[in-house]
Amino acid sequence: MDRRDFLKSLAIAGTAFTLKMKGGMDVFAQTMENALPTDLVAVMGGEPDAMFKKAIEEMGGMGRYVKRGQKVVVKPNIGWDKVPELAANTNPILVKEIIKQCLAAGAKEVVVFDNTCDDWKKCYANSGIEAAAKAAGAKILPADNKSYYSDVSLPQGKKLKSMQVHKAILDCDVWINVPILKHHGGANMSIAMKNLMGIIWNRRIFHISDLQQCIADVCTLEKKPILNVVDAYRVLKANGPRGRSQEDVVTSKALFISQDMVAVDTAATKFFNQIQAMPLDDVKYLSHGQALKIGTMDIDNLNVKRIKM
Amino acid sequence: MLKKIRVAVSVLVFGLLSFYFMDFAGILPSEFHVLGHIQFIPAWLSRNIAVMLGLVACTMLFGRVYCSSICPMGMFQDVANRCSKSKKFAYRKNNLVLRWSILAAFLILFHLGFAVIIGIFDPYSAYGRIAVHIFKPIYMFANNILAFVFNHFGNYAFYQTEIAILSISSFCIALFTFIFIGVLALAKGRLYCNTICPVGTVLGFMNKFSLFKIQIDSDKCVSCGICAKKCKASCIDARAKTVDYSRCVNCFNCINSCNKKGISFSMNKNKLEVDKSKRRFLLSGLTIAAAAPAVFAQTKAELQNRKNAISPPGAVSAERLLKHCTSCHLCISKCPSKVLKPAFMEYGIGGMMQPVMYFEKGFCNFDCTLCTDVCPNNALTSLTMEQKHRLQVGRVVFKPDICVVHTKGTSCGACSEHCPTQAVKMIPYKNGLTIPFIDTDICVGCGGCEFICPVRPHRAIYVEGNRVHKQAKAFDVEKKDEKEITDFGF
Repeated sequence: MDRRDFLKSLAIAGTAFTLKMKGGMDVFAQTMENALPTDLVAVMGGEPDAMFKKAIEEMGGMGRYVKRGQKVVVKPNIGWDKVPELAANTNPILVKEIIKQCLAAGAKEVVVFDNTCDDWKKCYANSGIEAAAKAAGAKILPADNKSYYSDVSLPQGKKLKSMQVHKAILDCDVWINVPILKHHGGANMSIAMKNLMGIIWNRRIFHISDLQQCIADVCTLEKKPILNVVDAYRVLKANGPRGRSQEDVVTSKALFISQDMVAVDTAATKFFNQIQAMPLDDVKYLSHGQALKIGTMDIDNLNVKRIKM
Repeated sequence: MLKKIRVAVSVLVFGLLSFYFMDFAGILPSEFHVLGHIQFIPAWLSRNIAVMLGLVACTMLFGRVYCSSICPMGMFQDVANRCSKSKKFAYRKNNLVLRWSILAAFLILFHLGFAVIIGIFDPYSAYGRIAVHIFKPIYMFANNILAFVFNHFGNYAFYQTEIAILSISSFCIALFTFIFIGVLALAKGRLYCNTICPVGTVLGFMNKFSLFKIQIDSDKCVSCGICAKKCKASCIDARAKTVDYSRCVNCFNCINSCNKKGISFSMNKNKLEVDKSKRRFLLSGLTIAAAAPAVFAQTKAELQNRKNAISPPGAVSAERLLKHCTSCHLCISKCPSKVLKPAFMEYGIGGMMQPVMYFEKGFCNFDCTLCTDVCPNNALTSLTMEQKHRLQVGRVVFKPDICVVHTKGTSCGACSEHCPTQAVKMIPYKNGLTIPFIDTDICVGCGGCEFICPVRPHRAIYVEGNRVHKQAKAFDVEKKDEKEITDFGF
């Protein structure tokens, strides 16, 4: 390497570093977003996979988010040892369709995991997600051991200054957040922002140090999901996030998708409010998230596309 | 030929049973628990008449096949002995008084409520603990090394798993058993089986009457003593050309060793001589064991939270567990939720090592009955899913004054989140917050709330054990109002 090459590479590295540190990349992301026809797509009345196909088409197609050769993580909610009909976990049909589209868009590898509440092997199996993911060509990763996590600091967090994040998230190129819309006894709602607790190891701290603020804090993670796909095909209207029986489940056949976690959660909460009263003020992590500039609750001023199938 | 069959069966049973005990990843289907169900003391304690009859019939026909090919401790000793350099044995006199005294002491202590004694010496259970507390961690450690390498290259066929010593006392007992019996076997073959083991004493007694036996043809025998050197039970007296059947474990090693073809496994022709004094001793021992009242009061260690320890599903009560469990720790090893650990003083000294529920690593899965399925002793009686859903092993206790919702004024609800019946339900508190409200009647005592409660050092919510398990009330199901959702709501 001669001096010229050395200086050149130094300059390139320096520029890249500056852009990364200052969020310079956001500028590029912004231009891409500006070109987007819509900020948020809401679909009703179809099957989970059909609704997703429609929604992603409106969002400009999967190719806009997943590039050829990328490593992708699809992160559903697989928290409980429950079958899909009980609406405690993300719908496996939706997960399967998302994986398929990622691979079709040229993804090198798609990985699925969740830090579950019940025994992880039972959750993965009985949720139907392990089988669906494998059938679609994704890799299932364990997440029940601390060794799979790395420390990450959260400079913007108010209560939470650091946390342990699953390495799959840190190692991937992009990740897609696929929560299910559920009532939640503690946080009131469990949607996209709450689903990030499944990429964290030390989450008991959340409950002791202001759960609502911690949910917002965890969403300040630098590597945010490229897409948030909210499964509202079956909704747990009460006794969430686990649910007790079939009586807690409403088949509402809806799906919401956005890059903005706060916006998609606001929209989903308003949708849920039709089933069971849920004022936005009670879901405090929404306003906390907005204050931390994770996204906006002002969905009326967003370009929202509503589709009924 | 006979020896080959014996070795093949032993290797199969021993290998599968050992692996089943260690198999944290669930590679072997749970049906392999039958290997535990065919063990002698578990069959006796679970009143498994079919297995008992089978074992007795087998012994009466072919001798101590159990000790040779079914009992994992027997095979463990054979493996240990194989590691020994000198594999030469010598005839030893039978110590009948010691053997029967030990057996009588076991029975008496067991009836007095010291299940721990039979738990320590039952060969199957003792081996089970060695497998769970010594072999399993080694196996897991090896797995973790493999997982580390494989995961590094992006392959997740192996995954990391947490290795923990569940109970210091049980680990120490397992380690001591491992060393003690291992060294004994290394030097003296089946000395444990023929001196201490209560099953060995009982089956040895039956073996005297068995139809087929190892027999020395006194015409062919030249008293060379080669067979005696090969006998791991040290029961062949070459000079007298006799075999002590109370100690012979039918390993068939002697048959092949004899140059004169003077040893055979054949029908018994000799009449048995009866020693009256031995019978009297046995009878009096058994009478004492049966008649002895439970005079020793059990001392209970004070628990940090609970007044009563929580016995596992199917145990019915700690008292019943005490009478049936020999602490083989199969349930502990198999529990997918890691809620079972060996007791220390939770049940009193007599119940040491028996499984007790604790919620440090997990909580009892609502839809799981695995521990009751695998228990060979029927100490955990088998439960249907419907029974399990209504089984109340304990009841929830809530301490509102230390709950974070009250002390910090922030959301939590982790307890309710984990509650399968909503015996812990979040109800409106103030400022849009919700606080737990408990309904102990519908609580099953799974410990989900206690496991996840973030409050320390004492938790704001925990489970108090039921001395005798109860049936929980069925929870009310809210009527479903099928309101059609036709709009987005925004």
